[in-house]
Amino acid sequence: MKFSPKKQINSVVANLPPSGIRKLFDIASGMDGVISLGIGEPDFITPWHIRNAGIMSLEKGRTQYTSNAGLVELKQEVANYMKRRFDLSYEPNNQVLITVGGSEAIDLAIRAIVEPGDEVLIPIPCFVCYDPITRLAGGVPVLLETKAEDNFKLTPELLKKNVTDKTKALILPFPNNPTGAIMDRKDLEAIAEVLRDTNIMIISDEIYAELTYTDERHVSIAEIDGMYDRTVVINGFSKAYAMTGWRLGFACGHPDVIGPMIKIHQYAIMCAPTTSQYAAIEALRFGDKDIEDMKTEYNYRRKLIVNGFNKMGLDCFEPMGAFYCFPSIKRTGLSSEEFCEKLLLEEKIALVPGVAFGRSGEGHLRVSYAYSVDHIKKALEGVKRFISKYI
Amino acid sequence: MHRILELLENNSNLTPEDIAVMIDKTPEEVREAISQYEKEGVIVGKKTIINWQKADKDLVTAFIEVKCTPQYGRGFDQIAERFYQYEQVKSVYLMSGAYDLALIVEGNSLTEVASFVSGKLAPMDTVISTCTHFVLKKYKDNGVMLETPPKDERQVMAF
Ligand SMILES: Cc1ncc(COP(=O)(O)O)c(C=O)c1O
Repeated sequence: MKFSPKKQINSVVANLPPSGIRKLFDIASGMDGVISLGIGEPDFITPWHIRNAGIMSLEKGRTQYTSNAGLVELKQEVANYMKRRFDLSYEPNNQVLITVGGSEAIDLAIRAIVEPGDEVLIPIPCFVCYDPITRLAGGVPVLLETKAEDNFKLTPELLKKNVTDKTKALILPFPNNPTGAIMDRKDLEAIAEVLRDTNIMIISDEIYAELTYTDERHVSIAEIDGMYDRTVVINGFSKAYAMTGWRLGFACGHPDVIGPMIKIHQYAIMCAPTTSQYAAIEALRFGDKDIEDMKTEYNYRRKLIVNGFNKMGLDCFEPMGAFYCFPSIKRTGLSSEEFCEKLLLEEKIALVPGVAFGRSGEGHLRVSYAYSVDHIKKALEGVKRFISKYI
Repeated sequence: MHRILELLENNSNLTPEDIAVMIDKTPEEVREAISQYEKEGVIVGKKTIINWQKADKDLVTAFIEVKCTPQYGRGFDQIAERFYQYEQVKSVYLMSGAYDLALIVEGNSLTEVASFVSGKLAPMDTVISTCTHFVLKKYKDNGVMLETPPKDERQVMAF
């Protein structure tokens, strides 16, 4: 008998679909001079005072593990931050967990909550991790297709229709990657209304909380009456402080949920990177101005890019959060994958097809504006040239 | 409306149409504001930032401290004007502290700059003394990093 490692792989893992952008990525990587608007991370580098705090921690020899849940000072700063920015109170001791990116926090929350057979409600289009992580936990992803005509918000009707007695948790991914949609206080009240008399937990991925372009600040569903105890708020440093490579995030919630998450975290990870934790203390203490400056710049670009797409005839609703817009390409008659592949080959412009974020993303493109204005203008010209062949 | 100035200061390629979209105005309003700024001398010109160290041209830059006697009723304004009329003088600042005026002078060679200072600047009758510092290397100029211009090292595509 021939030994086959392949056959030994967990069938859930083996059956996870490959990345939806693998093919495009490979084509783009083999090309020279590609103009990309296809990245989900800030173009800014981490502000120097934050980088320097990381360096200083190394100079002082702070190179060991921290306690599992994270440095005491950092947990305190996270608690201060949540109070200052979102009026949410968490006890740093047992309600805050420092993680390896928001990514790990999402993984922990799902694993701590979901049992085999549990249904997890996932609004799509959305960031790609919730569905596979749910499957790995034995859960059943139930996809809620948000619609362009609702500005890609999750509506209470859509939610209600999909709640069953197996529903264990709702993922709330707003501000949203890829659509740029947000949920304001009123929208969240309506969702809370549906959940109030259920036992459904909420995993609220608020990694883009600092990047909203409305007069009102971002509201967390944990702030809504009756939702605090059932909500795990997930946030991190990647987007707000341009710290993607530091791999640092956090989760806040009820001690009875954070506790079990810490259990998994201590066995799987031990603790988040120490250098990054020191840098993050600096970010939370002195980084509010950095966020403001980057947000101002994103907002200029956002207006420019949304206007650009609408003017060339690709309808684009106004995204009020994150750094993405999600124009419709229905008028071109092309599928989002066809569109992106042709655009890449003909104009060397890399965008991500909407369908890569769930089937209801079909007919759209995810366009990141985490790029300089000159770069965005150049890309827009190319897209315009390209679509003139189709509409 | 300082936003227009900030935007243009960072990127003079922006057209009035771009700026209009970015700050929710009409292109006419932006054009109007810009020409008003030009009239008032708020916007005084635009230039391209060049790292001459990388081009085949060796420019010499000197930073010159000047002590001088202020003139009755005009302070340092007239003497500053006598300095800044020279084409070689790129910047002139009135300073607080140990000296009065700071000049940035550019020339094609060390001797050219030195003879300009000793021949033209130092002999002016209000000048008490000068102190010339030659720039050895420019790391950052006008807010732009010359040595390590930022490069986009992100992947071409990612979620
Ligand atoms: C919606 C969303 N959540 C979470 C993440 C993960 O971020 P990180 O693990 O860097 O904190 C991303 C990254 O793109 C994202 O877009």
